Amino acid sequence: MTARMEKRFADVAAEGRPVLVTYFMGGDPDFDTSFAIMKALPKAGADVIELGMPFSDPMADGPAIQLAGQRSLKGGQTLVKTLELARLFRGEDQHTPIVLMGYYNPIYIYGVDRFLTDALEAGIDGLIVVDLPPEMDDELCIPALKRNINFIRLATPTTDDRRLPKVLENTSGFVYYVSMTGITGSALPDPSLIAGAVERIKSHTELPVCVGFGVKTAEHARAIGASADGVVVGTAIVNQIASSLTEEGRATDATVPGVEALVKGLSVGVRAARLAAAE
Amino acid sequence: MNEAPKLNSFKAGPDEEGRFGIFGGRFVAETLMPLILDLQDEWNKAKSDPTFKADLEKLGAHYIGRPSPLYFAERLTAELGGAKIYFKREELNHTGSHKINNCIGQILLAKRMGKTRIIAETGAGQHGVASATVAARFGLPCVVYMGATDVERQAPNVFRMKLLGAEVKPVTAGSGTLKDAMNEALRDWVTNVDSTYYLIGTAAGPHPYPEMVRDFQSVIGQEAKEQILAAEGRLPDLVIAAVGGGSNAIGIFHPFLDDEGVKIVGVEAGGKGLDGDEHCASITAGSPGVLHGNRTYLLQDGDGQIKEGHSISAGLDYPGIGPEHAWLNDVGRVEYVPIMDHEALEAFQTLTRLEGIIPALEPSHALAEVIKRAPKMGKDEIILMNLSGRGDKDIFTVGKILGMGQ
Ligand SMILES: Cc1ncc(COP(=O)(O)O)c(C=O)c1O
Repeated sequence: MTARMEKRFADVAAEGRPVLVTYFMGGDPDFDTSFAIMKALPKAGADVIELGMPFSDPMADGPAIQLAGQRSLKGGQTLVKTLELARLFRGEDQHTPIVLMGYYNPIYIYGVDRFLTDALEAGIDGLIVVDLPPEMDDELCIPALKRNINFIRLATPTTDDRRLPKVLENTSGFVYYVSMTGITGSALPDPSLIAGAVERIKSHTELPVCVGFGVKTAEHARAIGASADGVVVGTAIVNQIASSLTEEGRATDATVPGVEALVKGLSVGVRAARLAAAE
Repeated sequence: MNEAPKLNSFKAGPDEEGRFGIFGGRFVAETLMPLILDLQDEWNKAKSDPTFKADLEKLGAHYIGRPSPLYFAERLTAELGGAKIYFKREELNHTGSHKINNCIGQILLAKRMGKTRIIAETGAGQHGVASATVAARFGLPCVVYMGATDVERQAPNVFRMKLLGAEVKPVTAGSGTLKDAMNEALRDWVTNVDSTYYLIGTAAGPHPYPEMVRDFQSVIGQEAKEQILAAEGRLPDLVIAAVGGGSNAIGIFHPFLDDEGVKIVGVEAGGKGLDGDEHCASITAGSPGVLHGNRTYLLQDGDGQIKEGHSISAGLDYPGIGPEHAWLNDVGRVEYVPIMDHEALEAFQTLTRLEGIIPALEPSHALAEVIKRAPKMGKDEIILMNLSGRGDKDIFTVGKILGMGQ
């Protein structure tokens, strides 16, 4: 685990609350705006940043993140620029862990070794690559772990006890529990079901478990955060960005403040999580 | 002649991990992994189950109409003045193409697995029609994802699917063609894992699909081999098929892969030419990458973003190709060549006029390559071409281009 990721999870745990992980798409709707959004996230209360790498064919994403990827690619975003975004951010913030999230092909085409070198140099702490299950660990997971970059795996409701050990084997940083079978942006299932699943995963691993897919409001964040070590919010942020844009998809004065306000609210939610659970 | 044991067979792939050389694999979201492993288990069991084999053969004979004829195209041969041309008439199958061979096999698997809902992607609509057909035959609800562009250009097939009781969902993302339909089908599958069987229509996708679809389609090549031996007493000199995702091609190629004297050619969609972006020649003009669960040749830019291809034929309009073809290309066993839209269109008309067979636009690409090669070959040489589908679905598209009013 990178020191930065470990420290952040430990520090937040010491505060007695879950970690708030925020996802946004790099380059949505343009490079400069997304840099401003990235800088605003920790200030609004985000503990970990998931930086989306756009892909033309995001097979596990719902309409909101699909459209964000299209806006980003239309705005000229590339993997080189997403790494640049991280590097610029790292120049100003040395403490907030950054996790790159996306699909394998752009990394494969960039070249795995070159990518890992440049990601380390840009201050990246972890990777989530949706289409690389444990069966494909030789591609990127093992090389990343050798270079001390976390490889964060998704566990899902279909990951039963038989399969869980395989999924956890080379996972590091944290485990990302996808709260339902489905694509990003679907509705949040019953928090009590999620609590059971988190318990199950925790009985197999020491790693923190963060829960995502479907978390939209401070109330969701609070409910999920009662059992999980962290809460991931993605589509809600992406939707907030989308709703602030002009008809042509350009950023407005409301874009960055809108994200800020949403994340502030979510951060209040996670801060209330354990208080509520303790009641 | 003593037959030495073949140590180096071209038929050995894929390995346990679903790889053909560097190609293939299982690049899917974790949600789907347990399903794909279940499917692989079930497929392994089915392969050695005599009941499964018997069911396949029975439905093949009485529902699909197998074996499909091998037809000597006498007038086309005379016109071209070279090699003897034989067609494997997959267009005479029930539903009008080779796609049904795979659908029957997969729906039997879906039934064995206790799945209660079928989803499929389709380009030309032939796979959609075949899926809707077997779903009706086995009493399962069926949802077909189809790019909005294709919904328009393959209207007759959309109507057929609806008549068969399937729900056709147009996909507007991207350029609204096969790749986008496949993305949407994968999203449905991830969401409905428990109930749903994804009936992939070509020899691509994550392992075990490329192998499984190939095995269901290999009946084409197995029959053709027996038929040509019966007709000519020897194997063909050249086997040709059109390649979209690659299922009809691998189906006819596979049984011939280890026959040294048989040259094998796959025909890709050259669209409006390979200079620009308006083609679908993944092997001739693409590079290796990862999409839809497998590593294979793809049309992509320098950032690894997948490009939208173009072909006059909806069934070839896919920016990738099955992983076994990618491997067969790299090891040099099969040669892949492009054919342009206008060449396919000409071949379509030639066959219609000379032999009274209206081919689909997909195999018209293979035919255009036959028309180029046959005159340069000797009269004692033999070409075997997979006539993978009939052109009923394309007559309006072709009519429009040729300016023939309806
Ligand atoms: C008649 C016909 N031939 C060929 C194809 C291309 O697919 P494949 O390469 O899987 O055979 C299609 C696809 O729709 C088709 O309908």
